[in-house]
Amino acid sequence: MTREPAPAPSMSGFDLVAAGPREASDPSGTAAARESVPPGNPSVTALRGHFAEAVFRNRICAGDEDVVYVDPERITDILGWLHDDADQHYDHLADVTAVDYGGGRPLEVVYQLWSIPNRAALRVKCELPLDALAIDSVTGIWAGANWLEREVYDLFGVHFNGHPDLRRILMPDNYAEGHPLRKDFPLRGRFSRAEQTRRALTQDPEDYYVPGEIGERTPQVVEGDGGAGADSGAAGGDDV
Amino acid sequence: MSSAVDYVVGRNPEMGPDGTPVPSPIDPFDVPEPELGSSTMLVNIGPQHPATHGVLRLVVELDGETVVSVVPRLGYLHSSFEKLGEYRTWNQIVTLTDRMDYLAPLIYNCAYVMAVEKLMGIEVTDRCRVARVICMEMDRIFSHLLWLGTWSIDVGAFTPFLYAFQQREKVYRLHEALTGARITTSATRIGGMMADLPEGWARGVREFADNLPATLDEVDALLTCNAIHVGRTQGIGAISAEEAVNYGLTGANLRASGVPYDVRKDRPYYDYESYDFEVPIGCHGDCYDRYLVRMEEMRQSIRILHQALDRLPDGPMDVEDPRISLPSKTDCMSDMESMIHHFKLITEGIPAPAEDCWFSIEGSKGELGMYVVGDGGPKPVRWRIRPPSFVNLSAIPRLAEGHLMADLIMINASLDIVLGEIDR
Repeated sequence: MTREPAPAPSMSGFDLVAAGPREASDPSGTAAARESVPPGNPSVTALRGHFAEAVFRNRICAGDEDVVYVDPERITDILGWLHDDADQHYDHLADVTAVDYGGGRPLEVVYQLWSIPNRAALRVKCELPLDALAIDSVTGIWAGANWLEREVYDLFGVHFNGHPDLRRILMPDNYAEGHPLRKDFPLRGRFSRAEQTRRALTQDPEDYYVPGEIGERTPQVVEGDGGAGADSGAAGGDDV
Repeated sequence: MSSAVDYVVGRNPEMGPDGTPVPSPIDPFDVPEPELGSSTMLVNIGPQHPATHGVLRLVVELDGETVVSVVPRLGYLHSSFEKLGEYRTWNQIVTLTDRMDYLAPLIYNCAYVMAVEKLMGIEVTDRCRVARVICMEMDRIFSHLLWLGTWSIDVGAFTPFLYAFQQREKVYRLHEALTGARITTSATRIGGMMADLPEGWARGVREFADNLPATLDEVDALLTCNAIHVGRTQGIGAISAEEAVNYGLTGANLRASGVPYDVRKDRPYYDYESYDFEVPIGCHGDCYDRYLVRMEEMRQSIRILHQALDRLPDGPMDVEDPRISLPSKTDCMSDMESMIHHFKLITEGIPAPAEDCWFSIEGSKGELGMYVVGDGGPKPVRWRIRPPSFVNLSAIPRLAEGHLMADLIMINASLDIVLGEIDR
């Protein structure tokens, strides 16, 4: 918390406001100059030793937070090793989420790890191209990842391979407008208000009485003359 | 009687009137057990049911009275706060945060601005740090008191509910004195608080902290050794330490299993390392231990409250940086530059660096994480809340399996969930 505020010290008062927002740095591009030589976090060094080619780069964010960008293909190996290795012991998966930067940039899946015995934090990120939003599930390592991954699937459309129960969790099962937290998703949804109302009224709660784990029935997507984005957001995993 | 076997109904059927044994017409061991079938029953609880503590729907598969599986269904309260946040400036988001956990709104207000301040590299004033600690500890008690009330209702005791709500009302009034609102407080701003603490407010908090232990003692006497309460909670919904960590449980639910993970101790923020308090842990990981841990946490929070009130320094509440803090209202009304300053800050917002920042605090329900991603502009690219209740609730299928239907209600109560935060 001791680092300088973002603007240069010579800018004071209204200079910064007048200067307007700065250009967003490309998170997938080259690291900024001040991040070029991050000091070695022991976990990052060990990760590079074990998974040399799968660890793309690392940086330090917000002063003291270590971020590692890794190969999505190896995510279960890497997180499994971080979880099981005696020196690392990242036993607490605090969070799984995703970030869509918009503008066609790759979507980031973010894992927040915390080691309860070592009191150490690590953020692992994977970049997924927008046309191949799939990554292996880590539910085999942490049972707590189940709902977190379901939420990422629901709101971002990332398909988690090997997830035991990949269904929507916050949005209705028959929600056909897509994945709301994507940047290309308009704030009010893709369908008109009338269409949204019609779909809400055609829902039969009994359809969802039998949950997927118990019954054989799968939720039905209400077919209709949806908006332009209806094709990108069908329920189930067929959109990846 | 004309039947071949003479026996008298209503008397001992095995003895005839003359006292000699009479063979029973039906040999009970000859009758096969009727085939009842092996199908289970589905029971729907909620979404509108007081025992679900919000609009939570549980679809329960029952074998007799034993829970075979539980499938929680969420989303009835989904408001898409994270999406809304992407369309608002950093300061405008504060109003969304208290609508998530309306049982401890100040904790959410504080957690959010602390994350944004870390992202922007803002160091708040000493007075603000202590004031936020007071707010957070007060709301930890506030939230635990609601849990205590609803928990006791679920176990069948009504009196502790009234005691708890009597004390909650005092916190409501303190909220109202601080912010003007009882639930939707929105008390914090980037770099400070909405306003300085009102006159006598600290005295009110002190009075609340002084009076609370008597109530806790009374509830303690009513519940802790109560045979019904003990019988319904001990050994119910137990989870081992390894499994609790694996499920991502945090807060009192994790500590009841014996893992002393408390963000205030393990990753201290706001000088929590300098406060003298203990982290209570349980050893069985069952509902009863979760009850004991939360009861003790309230007492520890009272200790922190007293220490924070003792050290509450004078001085400015907001950082003295014109890029972050608004000018005083008096200046705005009398000084042209200040009015322009106010206008620009309100309309354009505060830019944040193009970085991401994860900040987690010990909320009342567990580890409350805020993940904020900036792009150099005054609005977030992504604002993510790590909802402790959401992750805690995801363990309920595991916790309730094999228990009775009535135990499921206690397990749900022991997790201390709030649906506004789960659905967001």
